[in-house]
Amino acid sequence: MSSATVDVRAGAQGCATEPKRAHAGQSEWPQETIAREIRPAPDRYRNVLGKYKVDRGANCASCGRCVEACVYGVHKKPTGYAFTLRPEDYLCVGPDCAETAESCVAQCPQKAITVRPNSSAQCMGDPRWSSDLILATWHQAATGHAAPEHLESRLGASGGGFDVLRFKFEVPGFEEPTPTPAGTEIDTSLDLNHRGDSRPQVHIDIPVYGGGMSFGSVSIHTILGKARAAAAWNSFTCTGEGGYHDRLKPYDDHVITQVATGLFGVREDTIQRVRIVEFKYAQGAKPGLGGHLLGDKNTPAVARMREAVAGNALFSPFPFHSVYSVEDHKKHVDWIKETNPRCLVSVKVSTPTDVDMVAVGSYYAGAHIIHLDGSYGGTGAAPDIAKKNIAMPIEYAIPKVHKFLSAEGIRDKVTLISSGGIRSAFDVLKAIALGADGVVIGTAEMVALGCVRCACCESGRGCPRGIASTDPELMKLMSLEWATQRLINLQNAWREQMIAVLARLGMKSIRELRGRSDLLCILSDDLEVSK
Amino acid sequence: MPDRYHIHTAPAPAQFRRIGKFGNVDWREDCSRCSNCVKLRCLYDVYKHEAAFNRDPMEPVGTADECKACLSCVQGCTKGLLSVSANPEFLSLGDEYWRPDILLTLWNQSDTGRVPVSGAGYRGRFHGPGFDSIWTDMSEIVRPTRDGIHGREYISTSVDIGPKPLRLKFTPDGRMLTPPSQLIEVQIPAILDMPAWTAMGSRLAAARIATAKEIKTLAVVRAGDAVQALPKQLPSIAPLFTREDIANSQDIIEGVKMAQLRDGPDVAALAGQLLAINPGLTVAVRLPLSPAAADRIIELSRQGIKVFQLCADRHGREKLPGGLRGRHLKDALREVHGRLVKEGIRDELTLIAAGGIALAEHMAKAIICGADLVAVDTALLVALGCRVCRDAHPDVPGQVQCGVVGKCPSEIESVECSYATERMVNLMGAWHSQLLELLGAMGIREVRRLRGEVGRAIFMEDIEKEAFGDLCRVPRAQVNA
Repeated sequence: MSSATVDVRAGAQGCATEPKRAHAGQSEWPQETIAREIRPAPDRYRNVLGKYKVDRGANCASCGRCVEACVYGVHKKPTGYAFTLRPEDYLCVGPDCAETAESCVAQCPQKAITVRPNSSAQCMGDPRWSSDLILATWHQAATGHAAPEHLESRLGASGGGFDVLRFKFEVPGFEEPTPTPAGTEIDTSLDLNHRGDSRPQVHIDIPVYGGGMSFGSVSIHTILGKARAAAAWNSFTCTGEGGYHDRLKPYDDHVITQVATGLFGVREDTIQRVRIVEFKYAQGAKPGLGGHLLGDKNTPAVARMREAVAGNALFSPFPFHSVYSVEDHKKHVDWIKETNPRCLVSVKVSTPTDVDMVAVGSYYAGAHIIHLDGSYGGTGAAPDIAKKNIAMPIEYAIPKVHKFLSAEGIRDKVTLISSGGIRSAFDVLKAIALGADGVVIGTAEMVALGCVRCACCESGRGCPRGIASTDPELMKLMSLEWATQRLINLQNAWREQMIAVLARLGMKSIRELRGRSDLLCILSDDLEVSK
Repeated sequence: MPDRYHIHTAPAPAQFRRIGKFGNVDWREDCSRCSNCVKLRCLYDVYKHEAAFNRDPMEPVGTADECKACLSCVQGCTKGLLSVSANPEFLSLGDEYWRPDILLTLWNQSDTGRVPVSGAGYRGRFHGPGFDSIWTDMSEIVRPTRDGIHGREYISTSVDIGPKPLRLKFTPDGRMLTPPSQLIEVQIPAILDMPAWTAMGSRLAAARIATAKEIKTLAVVRAGDAVQALPKQLPSIAPLFTREDIANSQDIIEGVKMAQLRDGPDVAALAGQLLAINPGLTVAVRLPLSPAAADRIIELSRQGIKVFQLCADRHGREKLPGGLRGRHLKDALREVHGRLVKEGIRDELTLIAAGGIALAEHMAKAIICGADLVAVDTALLVALGCRVCRDAHPDVPGQVQCGVVGKCPSEIESVECSYATERMVNLMGAWHSQLLELLGAMGIREVRRLRGEVGRAIFMEDIEKEAFGDLCRVPRAQVNA
């Protein structure tokens, strides 16, 4: 049943009960509070895309039978209208309904109605982000609640990794766990400082925060939308390596300053004004390669921020030229800690064969957060060969690192964050069950803002849908208020699904799920591989 | 340090009809001719080109090639009249190995000679058969091999072909008995091989020879096609000789550095004949990839053959009796390489992996699995527009007759040699740059060091066991997946 008919206000109250915990605010800049309110944020395009296309032929007599037949609100004929309106086919649930005797197709006396898969929607996406998953994410961002059942909102169709992992309760034949008693409050929050050092605790209300996207790779509306949603959910967003935009300052307490190899926009001030500073050693989509902003997207505004010349392609080096060893890395971390005595340090690394050793090394160098970015992660521009081939997918890296840190006896001293292909609430849960504390998302937020995964972020004027573009005309395709609301809604929808799963597993907190890979099973016809 | 090796590429627009991924469906009926038509706002000017075609039928229709399916028009049209659909002609290109997206990226690389770059993360399946179940390693902390500010440190992609004696032998009075080394250095770990099918061989052979000379590698051609080569081109050719060719190819044999022979009972004797004419020659034996390949290589190496080209089929598989397909190159190469290491002779030999090398990453992955270098064949045809459609219709074998005028949809039989050369150079230039990306990420500065480096790669079978070995396994049928 489409939740377009559900009262979204009810959901808003449901999730706003959790009070925002007080924290040692870092910023002296006046901070803006964003309400954690769930409100409808429908698609910003005139024709909402649906999985199915409903056509009414020329022989339609406008009798209105279809309006009576459809319980999903596809067909509309407002009082006083002589004709039925164009069908709102994005609400249609397809053959499950259309093949029944009660459907509009069967009830139409003129046999004028056809329902078929929407070829335009099928052009979207790819095996990792299937068309269904994109539509389901749009629905969640529009309503703030889970997508209807005719859309596959948990999995892509990549044939591996998260797409072949299932919770046992999803598969027939396993014992159903005892659920958490109804009415119990289920906690989805995380503490990020487990080192037990003198630095303040940083607490986030959801086990998810936003990945680094630079000004230049995405528009200012995208950046601010992410920051405002992070503020609403008491979580974080990250600057990426394009510098710290002045308009981010009202959200300082929810911004992570990224120190990447290009050091674009890294200043003493930008390190001191935030609660977390992140070193980006490598990025999952292009491990071993530096950032890359193609010349077309280096507009005058972007160039000013990066102190570069407009129109030139900007390559970040790889790796950090000041770091050739783990000792150098410690020096790096110490430098940040010295500059900002109250911040936590996150280290973002990619997933090479020795990712477990890298994680241990980062911990001993003083990092609070180890952020693993898997090889199927997103990017604004990267060589195709790097995206596909270099380094391992995150699904493999999480258990590898989790087990190694546990064996070293330091698993509880460090926060393990994973990213690179987290697409749905179920991906978050699976990542945590495999051993991560929380996740970082990037592409999922872009999809919530209307991305269709056409992969044209990098060239010419940038994103044709105005998300990953600094083109003055294209970026106006999306308003800041709308972007903020879509992202707040998405997090709410995910959180509701996470709570439902935790309740089903009999848990009271997301922290209980960490490393519980015994709750998972893997679809495989190769049964010999089993231990 | 040697001179920096660089492949000079220049745009060489395709002369064949491109097939785009998406098509626009526009019913026009009901169009209200509103003033804010989405067609005018298409970022890729798809509809403008269509309009140009409407005015002048001689204008090319490029629409299908340019649409990126951003769906802005579909979602923006005031009447909702437009839709986009995947192009069935695109989807039917190639076969299950030479997939449409592989053909498309090879065409694009041949157009420009540049590394394909795109936005958004990886869009394909999680893993696949063959090379798609290997990921290459990277290093978080390395000395900078790649640096956008100070330039790139030199990464060598050259490899040596030829016998490499493990030790030198001397007479008691100090005279060297071992013949002096005759290694052939090619600057890119790929030689240009003959495509498995083609009737217009000589024209393509000329283009391959010119490309090999330009990019400093070798072109394999039939002895008959080597005749057309200029004397200065001979060192870039590795002719394939048959018993009959040898007698009347004296000039060629004297001019070339490497010759190829097909494996056969008398292959060692034929190699002897070639060496009698040109003692400096390196003789390579082509043998089909098969479970017996390792044994045969060990046997032939005792008879003095030191260079081997292992030929898989077009899909990178072993050819087994009865038309069956065996292991993929990656598995077979690892087995052969491992056997030769165990025998203690791996470093004396050169292994060339051929067949199914379709993308730049296959070059690196074949080398990781144990080859010294690869041979590129079908991909060179794709550079010229080949759609690998010959076997596309299993029910109608031979429906597409390659090389017959009027049968090839891309009219490869009529390409100019200079145009073909430009596109082949572009393709290999793009592959070379992509190989540098992979090596740079690994912190390896020499492709020779990549050979057999399975420790710098992640094999799906191994990592799946390591990461998910303790998970409960469920047959797919149980969840209808």
